[in-house]
Amino acid sequence: MEAFQLAIAEHVAEQHRHHGKAQFFWVWGALLVMTAIEVYLTYQNMQPVRMLTILMGLSLVKAALIIGYFMHMKYEVSRMKWLTMCSLVACLALMMIFFPDALRILSLGVK
Amino acid sequence: MADATTISHDMPAAYEPSLFGTYSKKIGMWLFLLSDSLTFGALLYAYSYGRISTPNWPTPFHSESIVNATVMTAFLLTSSLTMVLAVRAAVDGNAKAQRLWLLATMACGIGFVVLHGREWSKLIAEGLTLPVFPHAPGQEASGEFANVVKTVPQFPATFFGLTGMHMLHVTLGVVYLGVVALRRKFIPILLVFWLAAWLGTPAYSPFHYGAHVLLLAAIVCSIILWLKPKVYDPSDVEVAGLYWHFVDLVWMFIFPLVYLMSAKIF
Repeated sequence: MEAFQLAIAEHVAEQHRHHGKAQFFWVWGALLVMTAIEVYLTYQNMQPVRMLTILMGLSLVKAALIIGYFMHMKYEVSRMKWLTMCSLVACLALMMIFFPDALRILSLGVK
Repeated sequence: MADATTISHDMPAAYEPSLFGTYSKKIGMWLFLLSDSLTFGALLYAYSYGRISTPNWPTPFHSESIVNATVMTAFLLTSSLTMVLAVRAAVDGNAKAQRLWLLATMACGIGFVVLHGREWSKLIAEGLTLPVFPHAPGQEASGEFANVVKTVPQFPATFFGLTGMHMLHVTLGVVYLGVVALRRKFIPILLVFWLAAWLGTPAYSPFHYGAHVLLLAAIVCSIILWLKPKVYDPSDVEVAGLYWHFVDLVWMFIFPLVYLMSAKIF
């Protein structure tokens, strides 16, 4: 292995030293439990909007756990965390501009 | 310009320090994942747009489909766990454990694709199809969803577009992990998978043609592995892991939005 490759390998090892394997099993368990809750809620005959809100809330928590722990973002430098996550959320939020049009079609009907 | 030999982060290099405090491969993968998030975001928004604007949106997923999709979710979540264990093994310098955990991750990914393929085949047999799919014998008008295709064509278009894109990502993820775990030894295995998928599916199945993605992947991987053979180090495993966790992450939104919100309750 070349010297630069070894240095990167050591950098990766250093970044992964602050947490044990048990943490990964806890996150995995939490993700499975939240999935089970989602499936349970599906059969509770809830109002669609309420159910959508709860399901999306749980999905966001699951996404945060995956990004934070499995993708290791929790341990990155703050510049990396804020720039990547803020730009992503901003771009995805911009796409919501189409939803009022969908509601307009619903109220007006399609000719 | 800053002194090119000054190093202020932990890695020795003849370049300026990284803005993000990590190596460039990882930053490159994060940038790719951010752009890919927007691709999936657009598809999820298109699905949601169709759902909001269509009052008679179908709810075609029986409990059997929901159980199938839940097992698929469990497969993906478990594959994420095995992937972090592979990264940890790579960091610890345990090459054997790294390879085994990568193979376990691939097995979960293959399980996901097989279950998803089974779900697609069932829906297509019941009449939920796209005009671009080959025509299956005896499929016309008798299937449960034949009417859905005529009255709400947005549903099959967005459903197959979104889940098909995700299935493609999982398939390519399995190939990526196979290359990292087995390098050149993976190419003949990939060709066996291609032949099995191509010859094992009927000619009217979209998977009969979709299997050629594996042939294309085998050609691309062969070129890469022959032109630039290398021993994959922990950073390569970590970067591959980022991609794998991303496909898991995307499914966390597809599963509730597409399946659970369209479950047939009674």
